[in-house]
Amino acid sequence: METILGLDYPTLWYLVVGLLFSGYAILEGFDYGAGAWHLFFKKDLSRRIAINAIGPLWDANQVWLIIGGGALFAGFPVMYATLLSSMYIPFMLFLMLLVLRSSAIKFRSAEEMIWWRKTWDIIYFVSNTLISFLLGVVLANVLQGLEIGENYSYKGGMFFSFLNPYAIMVGLTSLSLFMTQGAIFLLLKTEGRLYVRLTFLLKKGMIFFLVSFAATSLYTLVFLPGVTDKFREFPVFFVIPVLAFLAVANIPRLVSKKQYAYALIFSSLTMAFLLMLVAFQLYPVLLPSKISPEYSVTIYNAASSQKSLGIMLTIVAIGSPLLAGYFLFLYKTFHGKVKLDDTSY
Amino acid sequence: METEILARIQFAFTIAFHYIYPPLSIGLGLTMVFMEGMYLKTGNKQYEVLTRFWLKIFAITFGIGVATGIIMEFEFGTNWAVYSKYVGDIFGSALAAEGLFAFGLESAFLGILLFGWNRVSPKVHFISTIGVFLGSMFSAVWIVVANSWQQTPAGYHIVGEGFNARAEVTDFWAMVFNPSSVDRIIHVWQGAFLAGAFLVLSVHAYYLLNGRYVEISKKAFKIALGIATIFSLTQLLSGHSSADGVAVNQPAKLAAMEGHYEVSAPADLYLFGWVNNQTQEVTGLKLPGGLSFLVHQDFEEPITGLNAFPNDEIPGQVNAVFQFYHIMISIGMFLIALTLYASFLWWRGNLFEQKWLLKIFAFSVLLPQIANQAGWFAAEMGRQPWIVYGHLRTSEGFSQEVSSNQILFSLIMFFIVYTLLFLLFLYSVNKKIKHGPYDETKTPNEFLKFV
Repeated sequence: METILGLDYPTLWYLVVGLLFSGYAILEGFDYGAGAWHLFFKKDLSRRIAINAIGPLWDANQVWLIIGGGALFAGFPVMYATLLSSMYIPFMLFLMLLVLRSSAIKFRSAEEMIWWRKTWDIIYFVSNTLISFLLGVVLANVLQGLEIGENYSYKGGMFFSFLNPYAIMVGLTSLSLFMTQGAIFLLLKTEGRLYVRLTFLLKKGMIFFLVSFAATSLYTLVFLPGVTDKFREFPVFFVIPVLAFLAVANIPRLVSKKQYAYALIFSSLTMAFLLMLVAFQLYPVLLPSKISPEYSVTIYNAASSQKSLGIMLTIVAIGSPLLAGYFLFLYKTFHGKVKLDDTSY
Repeated sequence: METEILARIQFAFTIAFHYIYPPLSIGLGLTMVFMEGMYLKTGNKQYEVLTRFWLKIFAITFGIGVATGIIMEFEFGTNWAVYSKYVGDIFGSALAAEGLFAFGLESAFLGILLFGWNRVSPKVHFISTIGVFLGSMFSAVWIVVANSWQQTPAGYHIVGEGFNARAEVTDFWAMVFNPSSVDRIIHVWQGAFLAGAFLVLSVHAYYLLNGRYVEISKKAFKIALGIATIFSLTQLLSGHSSADGVAVNQPAKLAAMEGHYEVSAPADLYLFGWVNNQTQEVTGLKLPGGLSFLVHQDFEEPITGLNAFPNDEIPGQVNAVFQFYHIMISIGMFLIALTLYASFLWWRGNLFEQKWLLKIFAFSVLLPQIANQAGWFAAEMGRQPWIVYGHLRTSEGFSQEVSSNQILFSLIMFFIVYTLLFLLFLYSVNKKIKHGPYDETKTPNEFLKFV
């Protein structure tokens, strides 16, 4: 098998997918998180500012989902097919909520009527909250494993089995982490009374996050079999959880010093480290089978051919500097506090 | 069986709904590039007003296109798991390229296009308009490459057996430039240009008929008419080239398109007709030997008919393929006549005096949309029973573990949400059109002072 820097192609693609998912979590994390605070803002003007804070950015941020999904399909077609068809209901809900959320952003401020805006406000709040929750739910189900049988066929429940206690806990953790991320982002984008209100809300958000994070971590260590095995084998990787905890601890410290730009970096790092932790713990498995380990989807039995992975790695090598350039230009153009004008939502 | 039918209905419904929007975005993008380009070239504020007006409608169209497009990306996995495993290795590189090169370009510049008027210079804004337009063109390329590979696979080999069989890339460029890609990309692009141009024509014809925004409407109408005339003509050429390809690569599809059953005989060309699949007869108005002539330039040359293929390797819905194909062709011909006549009047200098013609243009917005949809239905139903031509059957490609109740649940959900979305789209576009490019009462031709 061909390698680059000692890593085989499936492992490299695993890293690419992980990077894309981290980018998605970080960028859409503040988009969804900002939306999950929506009904906590009382005035119509505050709600408009909150939507316009992500206004020019969310469409571009969403590209990370599109590329991430494409990368999974491309590099690990078996994983893409097995995960999406096994978790049919949560993914369909997720997709439908995405459509509703996009519609809310586009149409909410298009009319003056109070009932119109209130209805869209509720749709916007609910869709962002449930999307943030569902992403955690799906992650938890992957961590716990699914009833995967021979030929990657799913043998589990059809409608509600995805909503188990652990999934709910991880769902709340992802929701609270996104809300923290969203509040910090909004603090960078707002002024005046909305800013003051957000400093108050951010504290609540951080408490919500710390509580659910602690509970989930404890549950994971006690009830998920074998989560610590990898660290006994490769103690050097113990640095990942340490970094994750340091990043988590650093958020309240920076927030209390009102250094919100740095706080945003550290809440982003928290997401990246937590995903790394998951990735390291699973590797080389992508989707564990609860029925028998031999049925698990791994990066090797799910991967596309060497040739195909090689082509895609080339495309990524050419495309990612371009993408980085677009994003730098975009974020530079819309740097600073929100100013509403005639082009705003 | 029921799962397969439901999965197919859901896919057809979601893709047909999705396909209303991206062609409009691509076509409006092209028109806006011309409008904003004219603004930069001439400095005439009227073109800026036009660009800003169409940008608002573009924003809604683009937004719904993206939202419904994400669903398509994941629906391959949720409902067509076997198919996804089969084609993943092939589609992978196309999808990766699409995401990085097309969507990144498109979405990052979209923010600047929509919200950057006061933040960047007119030139940078124009570059963003071009960036979004090119991005939307590129994304059409990769998805059509993937679909064309399903129609005419190339540059691959099959590995494994049964449920673990899959296609793997052996030659990337042969896969990208498979026999039908180039024809179909050009055909799809031009269909999109026409969809956008006819929306612009329709709205400005409506303004002209009502005596509103007369001066800028004439400018916009001419830009769009230029685009519409050129591409309705070239669309005929690319359609012909595409059909020639179908004759070589997918003979069963070609036979279904004209309802040609006999194993080997000269084939007729129908203007319209009705196919009876039981009696294998077509009733309608025809040019005898016309299809033979189009394919081989000889009225007597035989064409392979449906009966030459095993029963389980031909499309089940011959009449439907026939009808969709003929609807597309008829509309295409009508658009050529309409735009040529209008261009002739433009050259004569009395285009805007013909009320009846403007009325036709006001309603013509639906025609390229119907043609685009009909063309895709003909292409996809004509490929049946295959999902990957000659290799994987549609009846083998769906997710075996998803139950029909699950699909029913998602199908109902899609139906409700998409109906709502469609009504919202019509309502908000209609409102923007009624409101117009600028406020006539408060700012009567305010921009004219800049001229």
